[in-house]
Amino acid sequence: MNTALEAVGINKRFGAVSAASNVNVSLGVNEVLGIIGANGAGKTTFLNIVTGYLKPDSGVIRYRGRNITALEPRKIARLGIHRSFQIPQIFPKLSVFDNILIALGIAGSGRNNGWRPLLTGDSGDAADAILVRYRISDYRDREAGLLPQGIRKLLDIAMAMVGSPNILLLDEPSSGVSADEKMLMMDTIMDVLGGSEVGVLFVEHDMEVVAHYAHRVVAFSDGKIVADGLPEEVLNDSEVRGLVIGNELRSELN
Amino acid sequence: MTHQNRTVWCLTIALILLVAVQPVLPGWAVNMIAMSLSNGLVVLGLMVIMRAGLVSFGHGLYFGLGGYGTALGAVFLGITDAFVLVLLGIIASTFVGFVLSFMIARYRGIFFALLNLAFSMLLFGILVNSIVLGSTDGFSVPVPSYFGYVPSSAETRVSFLLYGMICLLVYVSTLAVHRYLNSTMGYIGEAIRENEVRVDYLGASVKQAIMVKYIISAILAGMGGACTVLLIGHVTPEDTVYWTRSGEFVFVAILSGTGNVAAPFIGSAMFELVRTYALQYAPEVWQMLLGATLLLVIMFLPSGLWSLIRSHDRKREQT
Amino acid sequence: MLSFVAILIDGVVYASWLFVIGIGLTLIYGVMNILNVAHGSLYALGAYSAAWLIGQYFLLDYPAAASYLLILIAAVAIGVIFGFIIERGLLRFMYDRDEVVMVLVTYAVFLILEDVMKLTWGVESYMPYQPRYLLGNISIMGLPFVVYDLCLVLLALVVGISVWLGLNRTRPGKLLIAVIYDRELALTIGINVGRVFTITFVIGSILGALGGGFTAPLISVSPGIGIEIIVLAFAVVVIGGLGSIEGAAVGALIVGFGRAAAVHLLPQAELFVVFGVMTLVLLIRPHGLFGRAVLRKI
Repeated sequence: MNTALEAVGINKRFGAVSAASNVNVSLGVNEVLGIIGANGAGKTTFLNIVTGYLKPDSGVIRYRGRNITALEPRKIARLGIHRSFQIPQIFPKLSVFDNILIALGIAGSGRNNGWRPLLTGDSGDAADAILVRYRISDYRDREAGLLPQGIRKLLDIAMAMVGSPNILLLDEPSSGVSADEKMLMMDTIMDVLGGSEVGVLFVEHDMEVVAHYAHRVVAFSDGKIVADGLPEEVLNDSEVRGLVIGNELRSELN
Repeated sequence: MTHQNRTVWCLTIALILLVAVQPVLPGWAVNMIAMSLSNGLVVLGLMVIMRAGLVSFGHGLYFGLGGYGTALGAVFLGITDAFVLVLLGIIASTFVGFVLSFMIARYRGIFFALLNLAFSMLLFGILVNSIVLGSTDGFSVPVPSYFGYVPSSAETRVSFLLYGMICLLVYVSTLAVHRYLNSTMGYIGEAIRENEVRVDYLGASVKQAIMVKYIISAILAGMGGACTVLLIGHVTPEDTVYWTRSGEFVFVAILSGTGNVAAPFIGSAMFELVRTYALQYAPEVWQMLLGATLLLVIMFLPSGLWSLIRSHDRKREQT
Repeated sequence: MLSFVAILIDGVVYASWLFVIGIGLTLIYGVMNILNVAHGSLYALGAYSAAWLIGQYFLLDYPAAASYLLILIAAVAIGVIFGFIIERGLLRFMYDRDEVVMVLVTYAVFLILEDVMKLTWGVESYMPYQPRYLLGNISIMGLPFVVYDLCLVLLALVVGISVWLGLNRTRPGKLLIAVIYDRELALTIGINVGRVFTITFVIGSILGALGGGFTAPLISVSPGIGIEIIVLAFAVVVIGGLGSIEGAAVGALIVGFGRAAAVHLLPQAELFVVFGVMTLVLLIRPHGLFGRAVLRKI
């Protein structure tokens, strides 16, 4: 499989805490890669490093062979790596429609036509089509910040997808979504992605979701990678179960 | 789309009306309208950055640069043409706005407000100690000419030509800002106010967007200052760059609301009207009135006077 | 050499004066996140009430020394009354608002109080010179200084040390620091944040009024003194770092010496120096010399 994104030898410390130590991850062009790990294992830090929000102490991020380490997030986004967030990063006081419209406007403003009107017949239709695709049309004119977590998550992911990325990073897409809705939500996302050539890397706590959607799984613990392989192998590995899934259970009990 | 076109139509009709009624209006009314429009330009500039969530406590700086640029051109360079003088004022404010935009673009919230305050107080400190510029007393500006035509002394200071020029400048600026605010670049302002992280991750440059907005606001404030100085015929540091003047512009901006490009001018006209009467009949409670109004608007009308017009509009659409 | 001594002593005096005003402003910001424009009004109210009381007092034939006590009483009364009314009557309804909106709210209060003062004390000026005159002059290295002015240094030390002890050595002070560092945590461990806010605002107001009260004998108390002082006080606390007590002291010293140097060497540059330093500090260390920056978590 062709490698689209590659992280080599990433190290990152916050004071005494090692958030990443010699992390190596690669993502294929069409691959869906799940990242698991207990809280504080360094998963979100890894996404922050890949997207340029944090600079690694050492190591290289390559995208299609090009070194993109520590480029600014907006430049990395322009290259085609988009991201959704654990806490949805939307425009809370604006309507769902306007959220999508602005995302569309920015995605289309690459070649100096940012001065054109944002709302035209075409852009409005395109935004509505996206709302339909993500099954959030019902909330079109509602203030985005007041919607249920699941809807905000979908909106966040929809905004990440608007620019037709080549790589999509999802940070805990199913967290905060009720148990019976999470599969529906993941199906919605995968349906949309199904038609396009997108490499997906998703951080997830829910093992059911991971088992169901990931082609390959990487397990993090204390900033280190402890397993990398097929879902059934990694999820059944006793060491991984002890470090990741067991912790998970314990942290849920707390 | 219809909404946007309606704004353009309303502005055009307003321009025609304002110019048409000038000959029959009494002098004080002409003066008041011209003053409201000039000051409204500054508020329009503030509105552009306020849409991005940024409030400046120092836009007197650009107002003053526009005013002093015009006044200096008239007195020290001997330029008489009103259009050239206004252009000089705008160049002064634009240049400084451009230079400072590089520094200011990374500031938000009260730090943005305070850095602007500091910049404006720097200019104030220079002006009040410049004896050649009349220090705190400032200096007078002669009546300008218009493409070679000099208004006769029989005409008041606010001649039809000055009035017409201000109306035209306001019309053109308002349409341009309207077009800008409805573009993607314009909407990025609201997006920045709401969530910079998302804007960044969508691939847009927050810094560049804020710089552009800041420069636009400097241009408009400078234009307002230039027009105001031509209207009054005098310029002083305290009436242009001091923090109380900057505060007054922020006051009118909050009063107006940021809902539409016409709002700053409506707010500005209200302000001038009330000020004229208050200073005549109850000067001792004028600031109290301002303070109380500001509190009421913040508490009960957070989107300013414009929200009254818009809610009326909505009710009409529903029925 | 002589001008060096003059700059040194004038600078310390000026810094002391600024510190008394600035510490209240920075305390309120630190605890409540409110950049309080109305602090300028409290300063003016303190000055007016002290000036008026001193005027009345010296009409009578009581011991002159008690006039200093009078200034103190006036400042505490003004601070308690106005601080309480502003915080309980207005600010507490708006704590969920944005920091910039709160600046505007206090600006509105400032505008209202400007006219309240004009209505109460008229527009003519008051010159309560007696307390300053009483203490006489002193010669330091051949240069004459007014003893009262030098006593402002003492006042600043007393205020600074009291606030420091109050914050670090008393239980309520420690609660206050807890609120400064983490408001949400303070709430969860059961601190009554509302009461902490009221107390802070009242103390801050007293300090502002105190600054005004003890300045009154040095100046002609007239409309607009609050307008001038508030931008200066902003410069002081911004230079030091908003919300930092040590910062207010350092900011006051920088502005104090900067101004004193300008006055003696290049009088035209007085304002320019003050705001030049403020601009530079904001540009180089946006959160001031003692301020803290926070990175947003995503």
